[in-house]
This record gives sequence, C-alpha cells and structure tokens, in this order.
Amino acid sequence: MEAYLFYIMAAVAVVSAVYLIFEKNPVYSILYLVMILISIAVLYLLLGAQFIAAVQIIVYAGAIMVLFLFVVMLLNLSAKEELKDALSFQKIPAIVMGIVLLSAIGIILRSKIPLGKQGEYTSAYVHDVGNTQLIGKLLFTKYLLPFEITSILLFIAAIGAIILAKRK
Amino acid sequence: MDKEFFIYVLISCIKILIVFGVIQFMIISMIWIERKVMAHMQVRLGPMRVGPHGLLQPIADGIKLLFKEDIIPERADKLLFVLAPAMSLVPALITFAVIPFGDKVQIFGYSVDLVITDINIGFLYIFAVGSLGIYGIVMAGWASNNKYSLLGGIRASAQMISYELTLGISLIGVIMLTGSLSLVDIVNAQAKLWNIVLQPVGFFIYAISALAEVNRTPFDLPEAESELVAGYHTEYSSMKFAMFFMAEYANMITVSAIAVTFFLGGWQGPFLPPVAWFMIKLSCCLFCFIWLRSTYPRLRYDQLMHLGWKFLLPLSLLNILITGLVMVLKG
Amino acid sequence: MVQYLPILILLILAFGFAITNIVLSVLLGTQKPTPEKLTPYECGIDPVGSAHERFSVKFYLIAMLFVIFDIEVVFLYPWAVAFQSLKLFGFIEILIFVGIFLICYFYIWKRGGLEWE
Repeated sequence: MEAYLFYIMAAVAVVSAVYLIFEKNPVYSILYLVMILISIAVLYLLLGAQFIAAVQIIVYAGAIMVLFLFVVMLLNLSAKEELKDALSFQKIPAIVMGIVLLSAIGIILRSKIPLGKQGEYTSAYVHDVGNTQLIGKLLFTKYLLPFEITSILLFIAAIGAIILAKRK
Repeated sequence: MDKEFFIYVLISCIKILIVFGVIQFMIISMIWIERKVMAHMQVRLGPMRVGPHGLLQPIADGIKLLFKEDIIPERADKLLFVLAPAMSLVPALITFAVIPFGDKVQIFGYSVDLVITDINIGFLYIFAVGSLGIYGIVMAGWASNNKYSLLGGIRASAQMISYELTLGISLIGVIMLTGSLSLVDIVNAQAKLWNIVLQPVGFFIYAISALAEVNRTPFDLPEAESELVAGYHTEYSSMKFAMFFMAEYANMITVSAIAVTFFLGGWQGPFLPPVAWFMIKLSCCLFCFIWLRSTYPRLRYDQLMHLGWKFLLPLSLLNILITGLVMVLKG
Repeated sequence: MVQYLPILILLILAFGFAITNIVLSVLLGTQKPTPEKLTPYECGIDPVGSAHERFSVKFYLIAMLFVIFDIEVVFLYPWAVAFQSLKLFGFIEILIFVGIFLICYFYIWKRGGLEWE
C-alpha cells in the first residue's frame, strides 16, 4: 500500500510541477507549488521522517508560499499582461541542461541502486525513540555548531529583509 | 494481521464518523447558543419564533442558505472562487484528528483509544494543517475580484501569520514539561496537575493568539463590517457563505480543544466519565469566546499588530527561557 | 505508518462534505442572474477600476519577518522535546539561540520594522 501511495504522490508532484510551469496565472502557479510541497511532505512521511514532513508543510507551504502569494499580489501580475521573454539568452543553456538532466535520469534508471551498510539509526530505532526526539538530541549535541550558525544566518536574513523594505 | 488491520480501519471509521457528527452538531448548536447568549447579555431575547426558544433557528437558517441563489460574480476567478470555501473548511475539519477526547475504553474486548489517531508529531500536525487554512481566506479575497474582499483577505492572512508565531511559541513550554509532541502523552502527563498552573503565562498568550487566529472579536478585523462590508466573504452567498461560517466555528472548536488538551488537563477529572469532562471543559472555552465577543470592542489594525509583534512575541520567548531556567534549577 | 490512515480517511470525508455542499447549493438554489447581481459589490455604485490593486509593502514585510521567525520557532520544537535530557547544556544553547534572535528582533524594532502607522 505504501508503494501505491508513493506512486500516487509522486505523480501528483510531477503533474503539479508541469502545470506550475505552463500556467499563465501566477496565483494558480503558487497553488500548484503548494500542491507539490504537500505531496513531497507525504513522501517524507512515507520515508519515516515525520518531523521533516511537518516542517516542510509549516515552513514551505505555510510560510514561504504565503510570502510568494503576497509578492504576486503586491506586484499585481495578471494573466493578461504579456510576459516578455526578458531572459532570451537562457534558452540555449536551458536546453543543454535539460538534456544533461534527462541523460542523468536515464543513467540512474539503468544502473543498480547501491545499497550501503545499514547505519546506527535504523527506521525501527527511530520509530522507537521518536523522530523529533532523536533530531532534538542530535541537533543539540553532535550538530550544535551548524545549529548555532543557522541562527546567525537567520539574523542576516532578517536584517536584509528590513533594509530592503525600509530603504529611505 | 489482515483481520487486525481490518478491525483497526473499521474502528477508525466509526470514531471518525462519530467525531465528525459531533463537530457538525456542535457547529449547529453553537450558532443558536451564540445568538441566544449574546442576546441575553444585551438584555434581549434573541431568536424565539422557530421552535421553542428558537431552538430550530439554525436548521431554518441552514435550509434557507441551501435554497439561496448561488451567485458567482462575473469578474471573479470562477474556479478559485468555488474552491476557496472548501480550502478553508477542509483544514478546519481535519485538525481534530489528533485530539484525545477520552481515556482508553474496552469495547467487545478491544481496547480503543478515544482519539482518532495518536501520532507522535500530533502537535506539529495541528500547526501544519492550521497553517494551510490561510489559503482559503486569501484565495476567497483574491478570486472575488472585489476591493473589500481583497483587503479583508490580505488583512486576515497578515493577522493569522502574526499570531501563528505566538501560538506556536506559547505551547512550547508545555512540550518542554512533557517531552513529547503526542497529544495523548500531554494529557496523560497532566493526571496530577493541570498545565495551566505551571504555565499561566503560556495559557494567557495562547488564549489571545487563538482568539486572533480564528478571527473572533475583539480581533475580527478581517470582517470589520464598518469598514470592509464583510471582508473576504463579501461576494459569497448560499452554501459557500455557510462553509466559511462552518470553518470559523470548526476552528473555534479546535482551538478550544487544543487549549483543553494542553492546559486544562484534557479529559482528566474526578467522578464524571472522561468524555463528559472533555465536553464540559470544551463548552466552557467556547462560552468564553461568546462572552469576550459581547464584552470587548474591536481593536484597530495597528493595535492588533503591535499587540502581536511587540508584546506577545517577546513575552512568549521570555516564558520559554524562564520555564527552561526553572526546570534546570529544579533538576 | 498505519496511524496516518485515519487522517487520510478523515481528509476524504471532509473533502466529500465540502464538495457535497458546493454541489447541493448549485442544484437546489434558484439561478436568476442579472447584470447588476453579477457586478462586484461596491456599496451600490458601479465598481471603479480593477480590484486587484497593489497593496502596501507593510504586508510584504510582515510576511518576510514571519518566514524568518517561523524557521526559528521550528528549531525550538525539537529542542523542547529533547530538553529534559539536555538539561543545563541545552538551556545554555537555547539561551544563545534566543539571544541572537532577540538582538535581531530589537534591531528590527529600532529600524521601525514593527511599526504599523
């Protein structure tokens, strides 16, 4: 059943992504993006990463997408406005990168998936202790430095936001 | 294995249907209770004509709305206009899935938890679903293509994101005390002492934020009728209009249930059966919503933003630090 | 994983309920559209211009600050869950984290980012 759920959610994500690109109205595009993020959250859930799944929805779908929506509404981009192809020089690199991506997918599909040695944190162990508890424990002991650096990163982001918005 | 799985699904379905039915019933009765209580607080009688003491009024209202003309404005974005009420109602209805409303009971030899499902990220689930509720409101405002609707929708979303922050932080104190995100664990941890005793500031912040989060008076600016007609649902009629109301009441019930679970001991209580205790506490919280509505005037928008960002946010962070300090000192 | 199945069932039920409501009101309601009925409501006068006006940058700033602060709060959840085992060490960590957060907060306050005039 989990395999079916995976295929359904993956299909939803891919189809939404296609719609996201071809949709003329940016507000719809954002809703498709929300759909993608939710289906990816379900994929995380299927992997047993419950905390990441919840955070995916809280931060991406619930916060960042609201910001995107505000920006789209603030700029009042309507479907009727002709979107000029301002970045026409991107066309050739885009096609090249697309071919590279497709061939990479092809190579991965044809090759066998390498299975490494099972690590310390098996899914049964994570399930026993609790996903969030384990993340909390590791984040605040083993990965303490990255965590504190994150706070400085957010600090810089906040200052950037305020300087952009309050420029005289 | 298969038989066990089948029974699990069956029991879950029964629980879901019961909870769903009870929530629908509560929404309907809340409409009557709110009108009646407010009327008596203002020395009026309220609805009296339909049924004894107007008891059948909500049913009459519902039937009326069902047969009303369903207007979709010409300039509206048709698809989003139709979908917006559903986007607002669905998150409101599914949040209740993780809230425990009673102790384990034995039915036909099976031990049944009185919660739809106990997941170990219950708390995060509530927030994840709650943060999606915003889209229904913004989309309603945008798709209506009406100035009042758009302003109402934008105001509502800015208000909801502001108070979502403090709502989240106010509950962290309780999680620190319990050490779990599962709501069943949180209720079980309160067998001796309710969390409101240990976290009075947290409860205070939660209560204000919850009030603002569900757009109720004194924080009902998104639908301030004196300036915005009816806010984001100005253009809505018929059942689509009713769905926004259902979502509002369902959200009220949910935030009250969270308050009961996190601070007021959940279903714990002497003498009466657990489910009765849960319902009593829930009803008291819901009564407070009505009480506050008939007591306080509406805030101005700048006051609302200042309250959230300049007072509640630092206070809630301070609350976490003090809770942590006390816990460290006590060992 | 099986604990998430009831949520799926509830989700389907809630969706079904919402769709039923929308369909019912279309089926049962009378449909007599007139041009006046279909114009956007603007207190009785003919609507002026488009409703999709640009709105104040203040809302945009609030959304931006919300994203940043929301990420900070998300980090507090695993900390709160693990706090009982982290003890004093955990408290000092979060003191630094919240300290940086508060410096940033007061900077925003001083720059007038929280003002709503």
